[in-house]
Amino acid sequence: MLAFIASTVFCFVMWLLLTFNGNFWQTDELVAGIVMACIAGFASRKILVKDFKLANPKRWLFILAYLPRFFYEMAKANFDVAYRVLTGRINPGIVKISPGLKSDVAITTLANSITLTPGTLSVDVDEEKNLYIHWINVKKEVLKKMPRDYKPICSNFPDWARRIGE
Amino acid sequence: MIWEIIYIFLGIGVAFNILASIGLLRFPDVYTRLHAGTKCTTFGSIFICLAAMIYGLWKWHAGDKQMIVITIHTLFALIAILLTNPTGAHAIARAAHRSGIKPVKAVVDDLEGKNV
Repeated sequence: MLAFIASTVFCFVMWLLLTFNGNFWQTDELVAGIVMACIAGFASRKILVKDFKLANPKRWLFILAYLPRFFYEMAKANFDVAYRVLTGRINPGIVKISPGLKSDVAITTLANSITLTPGTLSVDVDEEKNLYIHWINVKKEVLKKMPRDYKPICSNFPDWARRIGE
Repeated sequence: MIWEIIYIFLGIGVAFNILASIGLLRFPDVYTRLHAGTKCTTFGSIFICLAAMIYGLWKWHAGDKQMIVITIHTLFALIAILLTNPTGAHAIARAAHRSGIKPVKAVVDDLEGKNV
């Protein structure tokens, strides 16, 4: 029931934003929106709402604090890839890291962040939530020991993902 | 002033999208091409979307109420790009590795031989 209400409210807010045209909404628009939001919310209640971790406002604050740092890393990544596009200097490989995250939200956040940041692209994830990452410029010192150190690959993103999603 | 900002943002966005297409042509295999195809296009699209949002906000501020629609819809498009672009790249890379494509010139492959 709570999942149904949460997804309905989410769908209704989306409807309001998408139908806003500069003036206040007409009554028929609002009524149609509520009916549609109820249908869509009922259909998607098990997909959109898995648990209520994201209802905690602390996590939203962490997401907001994470965004500027993420965009900074992303800008760096783009200049790095641009440099490699123009010079063709690559040294690729697939490395395995064990960030030690449990929840799906955390591992999704981490995998998407890794894909959008310096020279790394997540390829696969296994049952123990180990990530396999294609790295465009493999550093020598990471190859020496087997539980790979994730600091050179994705700096402290696993800590941020833990704060947001666990 | 605002026109200049919009043009600069559009220029940055187009420049990164051009780099992405050069990367698609120059890189040797599917994984490195995905690097160019996801990062650069996402970053370029962010700037193009920002230019459209600034234009909408500016016109809305100048009195044309309808123009806020451009800003809101572009914001949704931006969020969709940010969520789906890495996910799609991840799916393509995983499918490529499962169908047996080896990374070219790889110095290490931890996923080798593992069928997860």
